[in-house]
Amino acid sequence: MLLSAILTGLVLGGTYALVAMGLTLQYGVARIMNLAYGDVIIAASFGAFVLFTALGINPLLGMLVVIPAGFVLSWLIYAVMLQPLARRSRDRGRLEGDSILATFGLLFVIQGVALVIFGAGFQSYSFLAVPVDILGTTIAANRLLAFVLAVVFGLGLWLMLTRTRFGTVIRAVAANPASAPLVGINVDSAARFAFALGGALAAAGGVVVSMYLTFSATMGVIFTMKALIVVIMGGVGNLMGALAAGLILGLVETLVASFIDPGLTLAATYLIFLAVLVIRPQGLFGKAAR
Amino acid sequence: MMKLLAALVALAALAFVPAFAGPYPLGLGIGILGYGVLATAWAMFSGPTRYISLATVAFFGLGAYTVAVLADVLPYPLVLLVAALVGLVVALIVGLATLRLAGIYFVIFTFGLTELVRQLVTYYEVNVTRTLGRYVFLPIGPEHIYWQLLALLAATLAIAFWVSRSRIGLALRVIGDDPDVASHLGVRITRTKLTLFSISCVIMTLAGAIQAPRWTYIEPSIVFNPTTSFLVVIMALLGGPNRLFGPLLGAIPLFLLFEWLSANFPNHYSIILGLLFIAIVFVLPNGVLAAGDSLWSRLTRKAVRP
Repeated sequence: MLLSAILTGLVLGGTYALVAMGLTLQYGVARIMNLAYGDVIIAASFGAFVLFTALGINPLLGMLVVIPAGFVLSWLIYAVMLQPLARRSRDRGRLEGDSILATFGLLFVIQGVALVIFGAGFQSYSFLAVPVDILGTTIAANRLLAFVLAVVFGLGLWLMLTRTRFGTVIRAVAANPASAPLVGINVDSAARFAFALGGALAAAGGVVVSMYLTFSATMGVIFTMKALIVVIMGGVGNLMGALAAGLILGLVETLVASFIDPGLTLAATYLIFLAVLVIRPQGLFGKAAR
Repeated sequence: MMKLLAALVALAALAFVPAFAGPYPLGLGIGILGYGVLATAWAMFSGPTRYISLATVAFFGLGAYTVAVLADVLPYPLVLLVAALVGLVVALIVGLATLRLAGIYFVIFTFGLTELVRQLVTYYEVNVTRTLGRYVFLPIGPEHIYWQLLALLAATLAIAFWVSRSRIGLALRVIGDDPDVASHLGVRITRTKLTLFSISCVIMTLAGAIQAPRWTYIEPSIVFNPTTSFLVVIMALLGGPNRLFGPLLGAIPLFLLFEWLSANFPNHYSIILGLLFIAIVFVLPNGVLAAGDSLWSRLTRKAVRP
């Protein structure tokens, strides 16, 4: 019982970590606090759902469509909606406020579209729902696949950021957007790309979520919330921190759901958040975030 | 002095509305007053500090729920007092945890607060009291709700006016402009923010408590509707969060628009409102009143320069 709860928790935590990595890119590099992030996740879940149920396309192949779609959509959102705000605002505080408000409006737009198309009910589909034995306990194969995917995407992102020239550019903008132009970096396009990459990770997370969880059009807020908490716990811009924080959050939630009450998972999440804010607001592994 | 007199005359005139208005216009009046109170209270704290609170409905719903739970047990004025206390306690918890940090933590905390409170209330009702929905039977007609809301709105505007003229309001504006300067000037940043946030939240809680008898039937998904938080922010932004009457002026057209949209486009109103919201953030970053002022000054300058 405990072991299976821990395994389930690690799977959930892996998904949270994957999703939070995208948000930490968007906030750390593009300086956009994206409140519509969770709705992009849910949109991708619906995308995978439609591809699977209507066209019979395996979600793994579906990712080849959904992830680029998430990238393009986020690129467009940034170029059309957020870049003008970034150009207009002189200081970071102003951009933060404006981007929070603009993406708060966007949240209702995306959620409204999802509600019109799919209604408010919970959706799910059955993919690879076969039991697998691990360490004497059973877990559904789709959950295992979800965890593997989270690891692959997380590792890929980490390698890209640390081993490629492009990753160095992104990290330079994250570290100091004012000095990056001095070494010939185009901050605008780097920020746009980082925002789009974050959207692609959100889409990947959405497909992963749709493989093993039920989801509904109004659940985006909860995903945004959890991703934000993971980002803050791990320290803004810190990928490894996001990974550790995501796993902790997933474990705690599953343990609370299986041993105390499923109705209290969000309360447990908030309790952790509260503890982090009171004890270490700069994050478990991070430096002070302004 | 003349302004005060005009305000009192307007208040007295508005108090006579229920005498000749039919039930539908009276309902509209209650809605406008309710949102006017919420938007003014929101702007009182979030306007000068730019700490965007997304949890209006968490406090509003707490007030309504307190009335639903206690209406049969306590006399009505005492119920309102308890509701205000509940709002105060929650505001203090949220404020103490987040207001000593940068604004972004506050926004994130309030973003999920509604969902948290809704789930906790649901959990409590399902597991402890074993009733999810509640009925509110109070001998309070729509005209009484109207008068109570009118009184609350007058009180809120008076507090907002007093805040804008007092030391604490000045301190709050300095904090909003530059927290470092504020702390060098000897402003107690956290205490100032916490005080204003608590006042604003208690008013929101009371607005929910007063309107509770209108629903008759109350359950968490009704009173903790996130659209309310959304509407309050957009109303305050449209009118201008840094003006005394800005939020109220924003509330009137947007409430009527919302009524019309939810009657005619029940499935699409959140898309339309979301787009409108984005447009307001883009076009009117400081609200209609400020935009009107700058347009006016541009026009008059042109007139002077022939």
